[in-house]
Amino acid sequence: MSEKAYNAGVKEYRETYWMPNYTPKETDLLACFKITPQDGVPREEVAAAVAAESSTGTWTTVWTDLLTDLDYYKGRAYAIEDVPGDDTCFYAFIAYPIDLFEEGSVVNVLTSLVGNVFGFKALRALRLEDIRFPLAYVMTCNGPPQGITQERDILNKYGRPLLGCTIKPKLGLSAKNYGRACYEGLRGGLDFTKDDENVNSQPFMRWRARFDFVQEAIEKAEAETGERKGHYLNVTAPTFDEMMKRAEYAKEIGTPIIMHDYLTGGLTANTGLAQWCQDNGMLLHIHRAMHAVLDRNPHHGIHFRVLTKVLRLSGGDHLHSGTVVGKLEGDRDATLGWIDIMRDSFIKEDRSRGIFFDQDWGAMPGVIPVASGGIHVWHMPALVNIFGDDSCLQFGGGTLGHPWGNAAGAAANRVAVEACVEARNMGRELEKEGKDILTKAAAQSPELKIAMETWKEIKFEFDTVDKIDVAHK
Amino acid sequence: MSDMQDYNSSLGDAATSRKFETFSYLPALSIESTRAQIQYIVDKGWNPSIEHTEPSHATGNYWYMWKLPMFGETNVDAILAELEACHKAHPENHVRLLGLDNFAQCAGASMVVFRGTSV
Repeated sequence: MSEKAYNAGVKEYRETYWMPNYTPKETDLLACFKITPQDGVPREEVAAAVAAESSTGTWTTVWTDLLTDLDYYKGRAYAIEDVPGDDTCFYAFIAYPIDLFEEGSVVNVLTSLVGNVFGFKALRALRLEDIRFPLAYVMTCNGPPQGITQERDILNKYGRPLLGCTIKPKLGLSAKNYGRACYEGLRGGLDFTKDDENVNSQPFMRWRARFDFVQEAIEKAEAETGERKGHYLNVTAPTFDEMMKRAEYAKEIGTPIIMHDYLTGGLTANTGLAQWCQDNGMLLHIHRAMHAVLDRNPHHGIHFRVLTKVLRLSGGDHLHSGTVVGKLEGDRDATLGWIDIMRDSFIKEDRSRGIFFDQDWGAMPGVIPVASGGIHVWHMPALVNIFGDDSCLQFGGGTLGHPWGNAAGAAANRVAVEACVEARNMGRELEKEGKDILTKAAAQSPELKIAMETWKEIKFEFDTVDKIDVAHK
Repeated sequence: MSDMQDYNSSLGDAATSRKFETFSYLPALSIESTRAQIQYIVDKGWNPSIEHTEPSHATGNYWYMWKLPMFGETNVDAILAELEACHKAHPENHVRLLGLDNFAQCAGASMVVFRGTSV
């Protein structure tokens, strides 16, 4: 006789899914949710409900529960914590057995963890703050196609941040004019130019013509400067087959790097494309359109550090990270946290940077953070200091808006980044001595001098909306 | 338009236009700044290594190694002396200094210390 009998009806979630004495296993996938419950619902009950709805549970008992060992497969809410400075919500920690997730599928992980549960009526709001992916699961994912070391070797760039530029206007240029803008930037000293995210294959510039003209721009700039260059050719497309058609053509013409928008394009497409890139020796730049829809509200959605981990597992060599100093949202400590998540092989729990779990990536290569958005040459000392060498600094308007054009704008940024790296290596403090370092470098570079006169006054000083949770009462 | 400066770079003018990656957009390193860069490599715990090439072949992955990488060498004068010896033996060539990070298995620093004669 089995221990359990079938009793139809609704049980309280906490009877099954609240396990405060549970010790998570090395192989468990752990999640931290920030939960804002409806009034009057006890914390344990809500936490257990989230554990249930994101794993095995449904609202009522069903007889088929008894055909399996649900106590093995269930998610376990094992801890609850106050959110510093905010009484409306609390953190719940949930452990999931690794068997719940298909190997190598961040798609499957997210479908469970941020699926139905986010619409659950007992919650006013729910935010997935962090996931600890066990090393056993990390090892089933393909990860970045090339990784940081391999990218440096492919492109012959050492000991400094990479330098890029997004081509503007973002929409409306013909393919030939677009290629001209790329060529001018690359010959001036950029490593990369970039398709903007919404450049796909519109009537004014079909993808095939863009690829051809841009490749000529790359090759001419390489011959002229003797340095290796690239342009992120955006292969994001309406269907997987169409995306792969564009990727194959990019490879055929010998371009080194392509680009994908991993959230709007979708994680299945991204994971497939990343695997293809690894098999075909291509670098993959990742854009993150739609991220702010998911990650900006402090009470609801998915934190960007989770989206970062998801991308590293799905695969990409570059990922936009925010700049800290530019026009787009990004708290400094939190940004430093997810930059580490992109690049390091082991990241320790650190609440001051919003990191809730140790994360071990094992041998999985890192992703290069891309700082882009409203930055110009005066930001360079801070950017080099914050991001270090393993980064890509991208100046769009800060290159193309130079009074003498793209080549001069590119040269100004290249001189500035090299001057900052040289000074840093000599032990100088970049954020304190930045003005002096740039001014000295500008004495030898008329392009930099004009750039510094053009952008001196521009500042973006709004407070961030999504901050690290600390007591501020 | 008269204030605007032309960007001087062309296929035909190698001496002005050809670059060689990190620090090639700055004036050539002085001996003092070279010493500071060597010190940085030493302080990072990287292995100093010297390579050289004809400027017309600078774009490839493999330059000629000058002897073997100086594993464990931390004496700035000794490293500078090797750079100068390489330059003396190959005065027309680019001579570059690398800091090899054996953990990342990647050069952490790379810079041309003596600039060769472009053709």
